[in-house]
Amino acid sequence: MTIPIEYYLILSAFMFIVGVAGVLTRRNAIIVFMSIELMLNSANLTLVTFSSYLGNSIGQLFVFFVMTVAAAEAAVGLAIIIAIFRNKLTVNIDEINILKW
Amino acid sequence: MNLDVILFFVFGIVAAVTAVIMITRSNPVISALFLVLNFASLAGLYLTLNAQFIAVTQVIVYAGAIMVLFLFVLMLLRPENEKKFLELNPKIKIFALIIAFIVFAQLVYMIFFARPSQTISKVLTKSIEAGTIEAIGRELFTNYIVPFEAAGFLLLAATIGALVLAKKKFE
Repeated sequence: MTIPIEYYLILSAFMFIVGVAGVLTRRNAIIVFMSIELMLNSANLTLVTFSSYLGNSIGQLFVFFVMTVAAAEAAVGLAIIIAIFRNKLTVNIDEINILKW
Repeated sequence: MNLDVILFFVFGIVAAVTAVIMITRSNPVISALFLVLNFASLAGLYLTLNAQFIAVTQVIVYAGAIMVLFLFVLMLLRPENEKKFLELNPKIKIFALIIAFIVFAQLVYMIFFARPSQTISKVLTKSIEAGTIEAIGRELFTNYIVPFEAAGFLLLAATIGALVLAKKKFE
């Protein structure tokens, strides 16, 4: 018996939704960032699932590129968070509202 | 019960539970450590899908490099613990959770409605062949060489950008 593909897809959907809930409810900028990483990983899981079930390696190639972009995004995003912390001495996203009108 | 079914359930439950714990802890360091566990169990799930290369990359890049970066920033900034979940703006948060649940219900409905397992059947030899580093590398260095170079350039740009942003105070 092989595992039905739906199981992987539902697990991936669940992790994505947990990431969305984290972004919407948490106020610490670093945890918001980690939730975004969680969402990227759930998308990766979907790509690998279809790649494996269809026997096509291009899905896994895309996961490789997603990981590259996630690494770049984490480096730049954390640098921005450090710069904001130097200016405002907080990482609470309710208090970082200089672009809000 | 096959071994791969058991492994799927173990890794899947660990991944789901650690994801929920990650967004509910008020101490960000504990959140980061549970995220590491989540990434490790995802690497196990990739192995049950015969994706060896991606599983190893997941452990090295995500659970290793990216999470070390997060923990370093947490150590540098030492952010205070957040307030409890419903102390601040409870209505907005409950509304956000309801929206997230509705989207999840939609996704589950779509997955069961479309029934991809009836049209997609796994061929084990092809699945194993697709996950090897040989197959991925052949695609990467022939058909996808331009995106590969672009990814390298993106990493260079990110390195320079991170240096410039984190180096000095900007007004």
